[in-house]
Amino acid sequence: MSNEAVIQHGAGTHEVHGDHHEGHHHHETFITKYVFSQDHKMIAKQFLITGIIWALIGGAMSVLFRIQLGYPEATLPWLEDIFGHWAKDGRITPEFYYALGTMHGTILVFFVLTAGLTGTFANLLIPFQVGARDMASPFMNMLSYWFFVLSSVIMLSSLFVQTGPASGGWTVYPPLSALGDATQGSKIGMDLWLISMAMFVVSSLLGGVNYISTILNLRTKGMTMTRMPLTVWAILFTALLGLLSFPVLLSGFILLLFDRHLGTSFYLSDIVLAGNILPNEGGSAILYQHLFWFLGHPEVYIIILPTMGLVSEVMSVNARKPVFGYMAMIASMFAIALLAFLVWAHHMFVTGMNPFLGSVFVLLTLLIAVPSAIKVFNWLTTLWRGNLHLTPAMMFCIGFVSMFISGGLTGIWLGNSTLDLHLHDTYFVIGHFHIVMGVSAFMGMFAGIYHWFPKMYGRYMNNTLGYIHFWITMVCAYVIFWPMHYEGFAGMPRRYYDYSNWESFKQFVELNKVISFAAILSFLVQILFVFNFFYSIFKGRKVTTKNPWKSNTLEWTTPINPGHGNWPGEIPEVYRWAYDYGKDGVDHIDQITPIGENESKEGH
Amino acid sequence: MTWTEYFVIIIVALIFIVVFQIAKASEYVSVLKGEKKAFQQNNRINAFLMLVFLVLGLAAAWWCNSLLYDKTLLGVPAASDHGEEIDNMMWITLYITGFVFVITQVLLFWFAYRYQTTETRKVHYYPHNNKLELLWTVVPAIALTVLVAFGLYYWYRITGEAPKEAMEVEVTGHQFGWEYRYPGKDSILGRQNYKLVDAAKQNPLGQDWADVANHDDLHPSELHLVVNRPVKLIIRSQDVIHDVGLPHFRLKMDAVPGIPTTMWFTPKITTAEMRKITGNENFVYEIACDQMCGNGHYSMKGIIVVETQEEFDKWMAEQKPQYNLAKPEVASKAAPGAENNKDLVLAQ
Repeated sequence: MSNEAVIQHGAGTHEVHGDHHEGHHHHETFITKYVFSQDHKMIAKQFLITGIIWALIGGAMSVLFRIQLGYPEATLPWLEDIFGHWAKDGRITPEFYYALGTMHGTILVFFVLTAGLTGTFANLLIPFQVGARDMASPFMNMLSYWFFVLSSVIMLSSLFVQTGPASGGWTVYPPLSALGDATQGSKIGMDLWLISMAMFVVSSLLGGVNYISTILNLRTKGMTMTRMPLTVWAILFTALLGLLSFPVLLSGFILLLFDRHLGTSFYLSDIVLAGNILPNEGGSAILYQHLFWFLGHPEVYIIILPTMGLVSEVMSVNARKPVFGYMAMIASMFAIALLAFLVWAHHMFVTGMNPFLGSVFVLLTLLIAVPSAIKVFNWLTTLWRGNLHLTPAMMFCIGFVSMFISGGLTGIWLGNSTLDLHLHDTYFVIGHFHIVMGVSAFMGMFAGIYHWFPKMYGRYMNNTLGYIHFWITMVCAYVIFWPMHYEGFAGMPRRYYDYSNWESFKQFVELNKVISFAAILSFLVQILFVFNFFYSIFKGRKVTTKNPWKSNTLEWTTPINPGHGNWPGEIPEVYRWAYDYGKDGVDHIDQITPIGENESKEGH
Repeated sequence: MTWTEYFVIIIVALIFIVVFQIAKASEYVSVLKGEKKAFQQNNRINAFLMLVFLVLGLAAAWWCNSLLYDKTLLGVPAASDHGEEIDNMMWITLYITGFVFVITQVLLFWFAYRYQTTETRKVHYYPHNNKLELLWTVVPAIALTVLVAFGLYYWYRITGEAPKEAMEVEVTGHQFGWEYRYPGKDSILGRQNYKLVDAAKQNPLGQDWADVANHDDLHPSELHLVVNRPVKLIIRSQDVIHDVGLPHFRLKMDAVPGIPTTMWFTPKITTAEMRKITGNENFVYEIACDQMCGNGHYSMKGIIVVETQEEFDKWMAEQKPQYNLAKPEVASKAAPGAENNKDLVLAQ
């Protein structure tokens, strides 16, 4: 590949730009700087702040349905004051409960942990860490954000329609989601959901194409693929996953729209609904599940891979030690990305699928545990004999690994079809995936936010609040999700509004109170974090040195508040990998330092 | 809103402000003390807390187990032969994953404590070690092979063909309840077509009355099974996807409109025996819908009674074919017995 040429070309055209930047060549208005910005740093911040707003909304929803689950008998008049007939007599209605759960899932999975997470760190870190002035296509990048906003606005509007938002679960399985008469949420709310998600897919694809082309084409001189920080590798795999699987999801959604409005029968067959015999014949409700999970499963890796990258990087910096097994880390991410496409049907073991087909998916699913195990052991070895700087970011890295272990191991349970027969759709599943892709991903994201906040805003976040945030989050996460596995062992189904009429599941009243209490507490602590975030943007302690964490990667060679184009002069050239920490007794050697004459050959 | 609610909000807000002020003050203190000193102090405190978290966390896990164990099915024997196998699989998996869990969590938090930064600590530059990496590729691979092997062995036994002597029962889900159909004396479930469903005409399952096999099909309100006799459920749905969830039998199967599914097992413990085992007089086997099916999902319950052959026969004798309800004028003329029914239909 003619890397050189591309880089020189890229650098050449931008340099003019960069040189003039110090002057007043650029006429930036408020609109071009803060709203329709094409600067990767600003777009990253836009994604992050939009993601935070969504996280607060989605988190608040979980608080509401936890109130129902923890205190099903309680009447809380203030609920009716706010939500009107959705909380008649101060009690959340079943319609409201299911809408809350559905929206909580949709918002957290897609809007926060996909757009909010990848959108933030891909935009922030790719140009910074590969040494580029900006994304390959800043305009597409801007579109990607604004399609996300459009998608957000549509989703938000669905919360306010008369019949309420989608309420069939975040996976919106037909026929429930296809038939407005089956549930209120499948009326106009479902259409808005589908249109919003279609816009979301557009946003994802625009972003993904950009991330991939920037990583492949705009690396600075000397930045070979195997010198890239693991963050960039992780984002590359994430973008590839999204690019290949989101279109399949979109196709599934389009067929669903057809079934809803054009009288087709892709997913519908032999249905009698409330006494009405529907004409649809020959469709398969299971087809939708295949299309959905063909994205749906890669989606969990789209969520977790970027945080794996963030954690690897932040952990290495704060352990003052190279990440252990750099190549193995890349190889295992590659293996995870590849296998991610071959395991989707493990969500469907109990749909009546062919048992032989099921067994293939068992094998492939459990195979993913191997690269995951490699990563865990590599992180542990990275900590081993390090010199750990326990900054809030580092604390969240350790929390991430703990959560990833806990949630990963229960994945081995559920991936085994024999156990899935018993545990499928019980609270065991809720515990499993919240720990492994909810809490883990948030921990990785927090690590990234605390670590790169100084680069984003030129200020630090408050440390003490960071530690409080970490510890309460960590403890609450386990208090909330660990006992849920026991509810799963009782066979307690998920998505139940009330368990009191069930002889088999009514014994967890006290436990559900405890879980709800911990959920509310952890939500309050997240508000504290958000407060810390916004307060620190304006009032945080100022960063006084270019490289506050003594890190090796390129973003810390830019000015404290980098302008458009990132580096004032030429883009620096790279001579080594990003993880020379503690080499030959030297604390750190950044990537732009040429290999010394007497340097040992060890390392990468 | 009531005064208590305002009060709670005010309290929470006050706590926020206090925490925030403390945090801000601690930042000033750290500037006064020198950033380095504050950094070291933070490290020491948090490294220690890591260790505390590990110890208390493991203790809490133990405590949680002792509190909740009896509320789960872990100590309750599986009520079906397949369930016993699933329980075996669960314990095998628990031992392997539990072992890995403890080792890795202990190492993680111990390292976090042990290698906290100090003035003198020299890091060990250790970028990779192929042997180690190979080791922790191969060992998990072997462990997982064991799990896959056991899992698939059981999986094929559970999902294999039902034995010939198995009793067939049809279970149909709809928003929000279950219907059961027994084949009657001829042991054949009659033909069905969803377009014939008509609850007003006593035909909620769309039985095709032109098919004689339907005339003795029974339609009771509970699902009765015979202990130690294999049963094959034919599972249907009339509207959206439901799921026949049988926690005590450890089994589950979706009910999909247009695509009937099956599931078979042999009940091992009668309802009466299970009441003794669990010490719960009100114990019943419940069918829980395990697939989100609408606003009444949480109330979609069915009851299974497992009983001896005698009890079952007695109960069965009390049931009347649905045909009698749907076509009382025809059925009442006919003497009981399939042959007569057949003649009648032919005459029509």
